[in-house]
Amino acid sequence: MTTVETATGAAKTMVLNMGPQHPSTHGVLRILLELNGETVVKAIPDLGYLHTGIEKSCEDKTYSQVITLTDRMDYLNPLGNNLVYCLAVEKLLGLEVPKRAQYIRVLMVELQRISSHLVWLGTHAIDLGAMSVFLYCFREREEILKIFEMFSGQRMMTSYIRIGGVALDPPAGWRQAVQKFLNMMPARVDEYETLLTQNPIWTRRTKDIGYISPQDAIAMSMTGPTLRAAGVAYDNRKVFPYSSYEEFKFDVPTRTESDCYARYLVRVAEMRESLKIVKQAMEKITHEGPVKAEAPGIIPPQREKMKTEMEALIYHFKIFTEGFSPQPGEAFVAVESPRGELGCFVASDGSPKPLRVHFRAPSFINLQALPKLIEGQLIADVIACIGTIDIVLGEVDR
Amino acid sequence: MTESSSQNANVVVESLRSWSPTAVAEVIEFRGETTVVVPRNLFRAAAERCRSDNKLQFNLLTDATCVDRYPVEPRFELNYHLVSIPRRDRVRLQVRLSGQDPVVDSLVPVWPGANWLEREIFDLFGIRFNGHPDLRRILLPEDWEGYPLRRDFPVEGFRDVPNSGDVFNSGDLFKKSSML
Repeated sequence: MTTVETATGAAKTMVLNMGPQHPSTHGVLRILLELNGETVVKAIPDLGYLHTGIEKSCEDKTYSQVITLTDRMDYLNPLGNNLVYCLAVEKLLGLEVPKRAQYIRVLMVELQRISSHLVWLGTHAIDLGAMSVFLYCFREREEILKIFEMFSGQRMMTSYIRIGGVALDPPAGWRQAVQKFLNMMPARVDEYETLLTQNPIWTRRTKDIGYISPQDAIAMSMTGPTLRAAGVAYDNRKVFPYSSYEEFKFDVPTRTESDCYARYLVRVAEMRESLKIVKQAMEKITHEGPVKAEAPGIIPPQREKMKTEMEALIYHFKIFTEGFSPQPGEAFVAVESPRGELGCFVASDGSPKPLRVHFRAPSFINLQALPKLIEGQLIADVIACIGTIDIVLGEVDR
Repeated sequence: MTESSSQNANVVVESLRSWSPTAVAEVIEFRGETTVVVPRNLFRAAAERCRSDNKLQFNLLTDATCVDRYPVEPRFELNYHLVSIPRRDRVRLQVRLSGQDPVVDSLVPVWPGANWLEREIFDLFGIRFNGHPDLRRILLPEDWEGYPLRRDFPVEGFRDVPNSGDVFNSGDLFKKSSML
């Protein structure tokens, strides 16, 4: 396997194999650490333990079948994955999505962002020894998953966002459920902050740990909260708005310290911003209106039409047997996932199956900067640095 | 969005053409996205130009990926997606490679973030990058045979147990794989 070159002339170093079965690697990440005492001299990440060939499988599915696969990449952000893939295919087709569906998408994706940040906060805190935060974070995440179950029938792999809109109309009583969550959540975020923000153990474990300069962060293609904690206000929702984000009022939290603590503050602030967006989205979603685009032959017809109209029945049959064929071309769409810029590149050759589907996975690219963050630091800080990048190995390896 | 992108396309194309008349082989506009096709010998220099030119400032390499158009030649299309954070602009740089000679200059010297992206392309498509500091497989095991994202690699693989033996050395891959 991988070999480590020992630094010549240096003090005697030891090579330590961290992972792949290590709880703080958040999945199956293996890191080869060359240590001089407790100091990391060199770090080499080794990936691929969770490689499932999703991009290859996509080439053997019709465009609508791929959605199920996207759920399973970044398993803390399945709705975001659905969204980026659907946006890419819609761009390829030149399809316009009804406003109401766009707002529902925003609502769902922002709830997902909160739930993803909650998992991050809980697991990051447990890695650094703060056990109780984990329990509180998962308590609130449960409420979000209940909302997802209400909308889509699934807690996690929802496949709720479909090409041309969303799968279903929001169910009866969704407003009350979301409102209840909105009423509860701000005080809960305050609670996490009382546990951590001023906590001397927490600050000493995270302040001045894992520094990266903004120039380096951009050069290493880092995006998301990690880049924003370095002072670069790059957020796709603002810079290249999609799904009507330009109509929403929210701030992009940034810090300049660029250490683990700054990234923590950015993510907590993002949760509060997401709550604002959810509130606005709720107000924008009207009671009536379509949740899917009208595009015969591409979007499945309504159930009633299918039962009563011959043409709708034929379209329904054709969509689910052979799929639809976009015109040849390529489309790249990027959205802001909880971890950074999540991109999807879809190339069509005019057949019902995509020629190529590629995901620009933010965790994969952010993880690349890990050696830069930890080399020269203590081994205990490696844990803090892995946590602070917020990787999801399902997405790293795909 | 479409208007601004075609305007921006002109900026990129003009800058590259004024730098070298042969730098732009083709410009493709599709759905408001601009693809600038660059010849292979000028690829790294053109990328450097995109990053350092004050009118362009493409400081973030966001993605790099490959499309295999097998059996069409040149079969490989490498797509590098660039973002200019100060100018709020995106562009796609493309370079085309033949199946016989899938080699291109690495962009790691221009954007260090290209490192893993190019390793991934090497791993899954078998494209070699000149001047890459660490060109090893990244997702697959080091002893994996073949390049699975190529179009002539079957989706179900060549055999049910990966990396176990002699199928690759025996010549008739498809016949054996259909027996599985």
